Amino acid sequence: MLLSAVTFLPAVGAVVIALLPRGQERLARSLALLTALAAFVISLPLYTGFDGGQAAYQFVENRDWMPSLGIAYHLGIDGISLLLILLTTFLMPLAILSSWHSIERRWKEFAVTMLLLETGMLGVFVALDLFLFYVFWEATLIPMYLIIGIWGGKNRVYAAIKFVLYTLAGSVLMLVAILALYFQHGAATGIYTFDLPVLARYVMPAGLGQNLMFLAFALAFAIKVPMFPFHTWLPDAHVEAPTAGSVILAGVLLKMGTYGFLRFSLPLFPQSSLLFAPWIVALAIIGIIYGAWVSTAQPDMKKLVAYSSVSHLGLVMLGLFVLNAQGLVGGIIQMVNHGLSTGALFLLVGMVYERRHTRLIADLGGLWKVMPAYSVIFLIVTLSSLGLPGLNGFVGEFLILVGAFQWNWAVAALATTGIIFAAVYMLWMYQRVVFGEVTREENRRLPDLSAREWVVLLPVLLFIVWIGVYPAPFTGVTETSVQALLAQVQAKAAATTAAMVPK
Amino acid sequence: MARLVWLIPLFPLVGTLVNALFGRVIGHRAHWIAVPALGASFLASYAVFVRVSGGETYTGDLFQWIAAGSFQTAITAQVDPLSAVMLLVVTGVGFLIHLYSAGYMHGDDGYARFFTYLNLFVFSMVMLVLAGNFLLLYVFWEAVGLCSYLLIGFWYQKQSASDAGKKAFIVNRVGDFGFGLGIMLIWTTFGTLDYGEVFARADASVSVATYTAIALLLFMGACGKSAQLPLHTWLPDAMEGPTPVSALIHAATMVTAGVYMVARSHKLFEMAPVSLEIVAWVGGLTAVFAASIGLVQTDIKRVLAYSTISQLGYMFAGVGVGAYAAGIFHLVTHAFFKALLFLGAGSVIHGLSGEQDLRKMGAIAPRMRVTAVTFVVGAAGLAGLPPLAGFFSKDEILAAAASEGHTLLFLLLLAGAFMTAFYIFRVVFLALFGASRLSHEAAHHVHESPAVMTVPLAVLAGLTVVAGLALGLPSAHGTAFSRFLAPVFPAEEAARGLAVPLVSVVVAVAGVLLAWLMYGRRPVTAEEIAVPKNALHSLLLHKYYVDELYDAVFVRPLFALSGWCARVFDLGVIDGAVNGIGRLVVAWAQGLRRVQTGFVMNYALGMLAGAVAIVAFLLARAR
Repeated sequence: MLLSAVTFLPAVGAVVIALLPRGQERLARSLALLTALAAFVISLPLYTGFDGGQAAYQFVENRDWMPSLGIAYHLGIDGISLLLILLTTFLMPLAILSSWHSIERRWKEFAVTMLLLETGMLGVFVALDLFLFYVFWEATLIPMYLIIGIWGGKNRVYAAIKFVLYTLAGSVLMLVAILALYFQHGAATGIYTFDLPVLARYVMPAGLGQNLMFLAFALAFAIKVPMFPFHTWLPDAHVEAPTAGSVILAGVLLKMGTYGFLRFSLPLFPQSSLLFAPWIVALAIIGIIYGAWVSTAQPDMKKLVAYSSVSHLGLVMLGLFVLNAQGLVGGIIQMVNHGLSTGALFLLVGMVYERRHTRLIADLGGLWKVMPAYSVIFLIVTLSSLGLPGLNGFVGEFLILVGAFQWNWAVAALATTGIIFAAVYMLWMYQRVVFGEVTREENRRLPDLSAREWVVLLPVLLFIVWIGVYPAPFTGVTETSVQALLAQVQAKAAATTAAMVPK
Repeated sequence: MARLVWLIPLFPLVGTLVNALFGRVIGHRAHWIAVPALGASFLASYAVFVRVSGGETYTGDLFQWIAAGSFQTAITAQVDPLSAVMLLVVTGVGFLIHLYSAGYMHGDDGYARFFTYLNLFVFSMVMLVLAGNFLLLYVFWEAVGLCSYLLIGFWYQKQSASDAGKKAFIVNRVGDFGFGLGIMLIWTTFGTLDYGEVFARADASVSVATYTAIALLLFMGACGKSAQLPLHTWLPDAMEGPTPVSALIHAATMVTAGVYMVARSHKLFEMAPVSLEIVAWVGGLTAVFAASIGLVQTDIKRVLAYSTISQLGYMFAGVGVGAYAAGIFHLVTHAFFKALLFLGAGSVIHGLSGEQDLRKMGAIAPRMRVTAVTFVVGAAGLAGLPPLAGFFSKDEILAAAASEGHTLLFLLLLAGAFMTAFYIFRVVFLALFGASRLSHEAAHHVHESPAVMTVPLAVLAGLTVVAGLALGLPSAHGTAFSRFLAPVFPAEEAARGLAVPLVSVVVAVAGVLLAWLMYGRRPVTAEEIAVPKNALHSLLLHKYYVDELYDAVFVRPLFALSGWCARVFDLGVIDGAVNGIGRLVVAWAQGLRRVQTGFVMNYALGMLAGAVAIVAFLLARAR
């Protein structure tokens, strides 16, 4: 029951808030924060009660839903989803608190939308039934569409529609592939089911069918990640979204794509995964370098951070598709790290925007003089984002690169150049925003961090340092699941390859 | 010993945290936290040193750090004679420079911030030396790089300062690109990153090509950190930082980390003789290259910066020819006399209210006696005049090069020694003696620095005088210094002849003499000093145009490329395709809309055409 409780608590909160009488904006705001905090608190037992030595799904709930169609309400988590769930429940209260003053109208509706979004995202990470997964997957689209389209910036409608159409185009093909898988499995075994563990045990023949299904899933996930060249919706969405939207978008929504590759593509289509791995690695490498280059030239802080996500998630994808323990563990940790660091960067950009109503780097400068505390935190987050050892980013990056190096040293070398470029664009932005003299009159009297902003930033900072210095509590829980996943991929790939070899 | 070892980094770490968290309250009393922290750290280092002298060593884990599958690394400290020596230098010189900083930085707005960074640096540097595996070495390698970045850009309002900090960080990252890949190759080759295990497994079962790759990748990192060709460009710019920072980080300690790293992993380098050859040659070429630039610079700190690059070249030449103990010995003596020279220069700059230009100095010795005397001692140490420390350590490197059959390298280093003596005494004559070229304002204010600054100068001068005699006298069993390091580096061969020391003394004296002839014998004007006399002079003054070259070859093309990617390719091509598909769908739909005319006749025609097509299709199949 715990998983259901964590997943649906935000939705219950959303319903309650929706029923509030008109004009109760402040109450809606407080209730939203309380609900998100409560969801975080009740998600903690998932970590404390999690058995890191066990590869099987834990906290499983399995109930019939539409038994005639083989659809079940099947939930469960393992070391791959656990951290992403905690990341979601951790970031949501911070995102809501960061919106305290910056969301100026329709707080009630905003609260409802955010909480529904949280339920959708959590659902994606806990669902073990493909049908259920797809419902949650699509369910996250609508709230995000509203958040960008209603509370966004000047060009919000264009960005919102682009976001929805683009991701929808990908997921429709995934739906086709889900149905194809359902029927193929049914025809082969006589069992028509959407149950992931059952489907994952099925050894599908290699060939065109598997490849097409893999590609359909991959397209949906690649758009979500987003991988180069499917990334252009992201900068638009980020620039227009309100701060909370960007934090959740970068922190959690993108991880649904990388998570999808891990949870579905690898175990369901192992041969195709192996077949296409070099192509995905190639796109990942292009994304790492290209994303960094494009970031360098951005005049807008938010756009810069958005493009840096393309680079960072390229690194995550690289880790996942080199298919070894270091790469996978590194990739999973890096998903969390990116959520923390980039989430914090969006929070920081939002804080400046609230004060100055601009995000253009050229409009700022010399902030250390006026906002020293802000500048110090900004520095730490910047360093975390460019992978300085001792902070979180390094742990994931290094493991991914070690994994990549075993796969092919040249790939690791190319990916490592991305880390040089990361220093270029991050430090250059930091220099232009924080160092130098205050050149604009408007910047001379900006207030430093408020108590509320401290409360928003400190928890993120805590984890940035914690994961950097002592990552064992985070890598430890993923290891067993990663090893099991690798074994499964290899066994299935070997099984069909053996079957194809004539005796 | 375990507790003692961990105390060494603990003190500066606590100092960092206290000043970082309560800096606003502590303000101008920050040195009361930072300086004692360093003192305590030095005492702990000394205690460790005493035990290591007694033959003890230590290796211990704090906790498991990064682990995934077969990749396992821990926070490990390792103490052996090499690390014990480095610890003494880092905390000892570090302590003196902390003390000096209390005077030099007095009244600065960022006083507490300065000491926070400085303590953080010493913590990181101590951990770099203590690290017991390659990953931890890399971690603190980057951490000292961060401190360097922060301290170079300490006066952040100055564009040139924050530019220089950024440049240092990025150039170092280029070097670390190689270092990082080297670590990965070590791990895939040996399955571990622990020094002890890696060196134990380094045998002939691994191919020479692999060893060469590992060694050269590691050396790439060393070139970045120790500012060797072609990654030297950041160090001169790093002089934007406060002078104590230049002394501590960019002369005495951090920049020597590359030498330490090569010496530490000499077992790997030895398995690939080509790599040692490359190390020696890069060192030798850098030594002469940088010294030649130092000949003509007009900024007192820049001369010292190029001197540092050049001296680091000597250290690499030493370890490259296999004289590890000699390389490390030069590292130690250089830490003394170069820190002394930087602090002396700082004292001059302090006395002249911030003036760094040699063209606006001169004849200040009578009014800054302690500074002048100690500076001359440092200069003599650097020039390699006997019996100062630099004479012994440089001589050992030269002798090793000569006896290993690197004649060309030896001649190169000898030429460098001549230039060294010349450029540093040029500074001595221009800054301290001769005619005064001071501005009226500055001349009025010239004053000796306070005791908190001159005492460290005196101590370092004392060390420069005695270190060579105490530790560097050659005997049949090597020097006292090399005997101490014998557990790490196999003992070196017996005493050498007198030819090399004689030649090197003659060369050094000749350099000093030439400097005197040109700048000391008669007063020189400001124009004489800096106006280029010929093309070579101009080339040196412009530092061989390396910065301009990098700017044209790397920086500008990269910015142009990223601008093109962002504005043309991403918005035009990729997003253009996305929006194009969108527009296509809309256009297609509008085209289809036209089909929906509402006329029944049209629909009937369509149905008829469809029916005909189906019938035709069925007929075709039936056949």
